[in-house]
Formats: sequence, structure tokens, C-alpha cells
Amino acid sequence: MMMQIHRIELPLKPSDKALLRVGDKVLLSGEIFTARDAAHARLERLMITAQPLPFDLSETSLFYCGPSPKPEGKVCGAIGPTTSTRMDRYTPLLIDHGLRVMIGKGERSSTVKQSILSHHAVYMVCVGGVSALMAQSIVSCETYAWGELGAEAIYRLVVKDLPAYIAII
Amino acid sequence: MKLRTISASEVESKLVEAIGHITFNPDPDILPALQHAYVQETSPLTKDVLNSIITNVDLAGRNSVPLCQDTGSLVVFAEAGNELIIDGEPLESIINHALEICTEKYYLRASIVTDPLFNRDNSGNNSPAIVHIRIVEGNGLRIRIAQKGGGAENMSRLKMFNPGASPADITEFVVESVQLAGAKACPPLIIGVGIGGNFEQCALLAKEALFTPLTETHPNELYANLEKEILKAVNETMIGAQGMGGSITALKVSIKEAPCHIASLPVAVNIQCHSHRHITIDI
Repeated sequence: MMMQIHRIELPLKPSDKALLRVGDKVLLSGEIFTARDAAHARLERLMITAQPLPFDLSETSLFYCGPSPKPEGKVCGAIGPTTSTRMDRYTPLLIDHGLRVMIGKGERSSTVKQSILSHHAVYMVCVGGVSALMAQSIVSCETYAWGELGAEAIYRLVVKDLPAYIAII
Repeated sequence: MKLRTISASEVESKLVEAIGHITFNPDPDILPALQHAYVQETSPLTKDVLNSIITNVDLAGRNSVPLCQDTGSLVVFAEAGNELIIDGEPLESIINHALEICTEKYYLRASIVTDPLFNRDNSGNNSPAIVHIRIVEGNGLRIRIAQKGGGAENMSRLKMFNPGASPADITEFVVESVQLAGAKACPPLIIGVGIGGNFEQCALLAKEALFTPLTETHPNELYANLEKEILKAVNETMIGAQGMGGSITALKVSIKEAPCHIASLPVAVNIQCHSHRHITIDI
């Protein structure tokens, strides 16, 4: 049994997406935005009240992650996925608004799975609890929106060969 | 009675050092257990995941990067001798001060909100720690600390069984908990099982069971066998490392039991991820 490995540039191009199968490994490069519980709640409020979002969801790869603070002189703090199911209640709405790439940890609800499949989106998982390893793939990490939320703010990451696996496609 | 006095600042500095250590290094027993799992597993995907976890342990220690971005809640079990005086500050506030220092010094993620429901404002410094203090005989101070991540803690469960429940019923409850946890709790897991006591003591037993060294089995043969049976049943779920499938979903099951009411048989399952960060200090 072989494991396919793909180098992928984000935002994900349809031609690249067509190559991906469940269980494949991907090395992601490009721009990723973090969002966890509190940021999702804010995004939901903005969408429900038809206000502008901090980014164009259709061009966004969302990473369920709350980084630890960046030490002086380092590129980033500790980074890794948090449990995706906590985002399940918000995800179908985000997908309806254009979101197509999600990166997290663990299973999704059947509703989210359906939403991902019917919108031709993709859900990838990273290994949880391997922050020092993931740090090697981070090129930059800056607060992008809602800095007052601390670890729950939206951070803009630029990554190079960040390892993940295809879970739902 | 021969009283011994130690200073609050000595306790604080030992705590700061210990918290730093577990931020960057897991339990020393973890690495051989993970390496064993790597050898056992056959799926390239699962091996790849285990390899990432093993490499991370090495990198975190060498580069002083936290093992996991979730630097957790600080859980503390302290046993203070009845002939010991800690001069300068109550133990609980020493612990919280040490935690505040560590949050800044080691760039821990601020992961604690001050109100759980209505106003989830972050305390900003990870305090308060969750502290359990016991007074014991002697003039020593033993402090066991753990950094407990939220993902695995969320998957923990407690059930008040009737006294008629069998060991098999308990095994089934643990397996069900592990299945519900799936990949969310970051397997391979360490599982602490509390049996007996009452509602809150049972949860504490499960948490304390997580401090058992991975190489140690329960001193009572009946419980030791149950630990073995539960581990076997959990590994038969084939959830595997990070839910990628495989024969090693958990590395260890540890049980702690306590006397209980004639009407009760509480069972608690405290789930620990592979980022098993705890340490014991004796002062």
C-alpha cells in the first residue's frame, strides 16, 4: 500500500484538487488563515447580518488553530490543529458563503460531511500535538483580525510544505 | 514535632523550572512507547503520523518549542507534610504566580477564560491553575503537575453505575468513550480510569491515574488484569494514531480505585493525548 504525496499551492486550484484522494498526504504552501471557536462565532454573526467578512472565503484556506505567542526573534509560536467538531455548527454556513478548504483535527458531523461533498470542498487533517514539527513549515505568522481575542484571533500564516492528510473530499 | 520551613520563593522557582520542562518534554516513558507503536503498525499512513509525533518530541526538546500549541490547563496535586511551613505565601497563590511567570517566560498560550459561560474573557496568564492540596504526615512537599490539553479533556466521561455492574460493563464504557473521542483526543492515548469514591472523587481518581508511570501496573492483580483487558479492548477498536487506523489506539490504561457507598459504583474516564506532559517534584 502506497501513500500518495502531493505538493499543493494554496489557494487550491481545481486541477490540483482533482488529483486528491482520501488518505493522500499533502504538503501545503501559501496563505492560510486561522480561526477557532470565538472567531467562528464572529464570522457567523457577520454572515447572518450580511456584513463584510475579513477575507474572501472562496479564496481562503481555514485552519482550526490557536497558536501560542511568538517568542522574540522567532517566526512563530507553537502551531497545530484543534478539534474540528467544535466548528461543525458554523461550517455549513461558511461553506454556503464560499469556503472550500478546511484544515483541522478529527472527524466531522454527517451534516458537515454532506456540505463538504455537495459543494466540492475539501477537509484536511493535520497531526495534533506536533507543534515543533509544524513550526518548521511556517514562513510567517501575523495577527490578521480581532487581535483582542488572543489565541482565538484570526492569524495569517504563510506556510511552506505544511503536512496534512486528505480526510473528506 | 520537628517543623521544617521552606520559602515561598524556593517553591515558586522549582515550579517554574518544572513547568518549563514539561512544556518542551513529554513523560520520558512516552518515546519508547511511541517507537514500539511505530514498529507494530503496518499502514504507511499511520506510520507517517507516528513518525511525526516521534520527530516532534525530539524537535520540541531541542528547539524549546512547546510540544503542543495547547499548553493546557495546569493541574496540580500537592501533598504537604503536617510538619512543614511554607513561609511567605499560601501554596495555591505560589502555584498561580509560578504559572503567570511561566506564561510569559515560556510563551505559553493563554488558554483559560475567567467565566465559563457568559463572559468568556481570557485571563491572559493561564491562571487559575486547578489545585488539589492534601496534608500528609512528615515535613516534605511533593508536587505533581500536569499540563492538560483541552481536546482530550473534552472527551472524558463519568458514569454512576449500579453496584451490580461487572468489569465487562466498565470495559464497555471505556471503549465507548474512546470511540466517541475518535481522532479528536489525539491518540495514541493514555487512559486514566477512576473506580469508586463518589461523583467528584471518582473524577479525581481518574486524573490521578494519569500520573502512573507507563511501565507500572496496578498493585492489585484484579485491577491489573482489568487494566490489561481494557487496553486490549480499546486497541481492538482499530482507531489508531490520530484516527488513521491501526492496532495502537492507547499506550496505557491506569486504574485508581477508592471505597464507595453501598448504593454506588462511579466510573470516570479521563482521556490523555499523546502529548503526555507531567512531572513530580519533591521539595
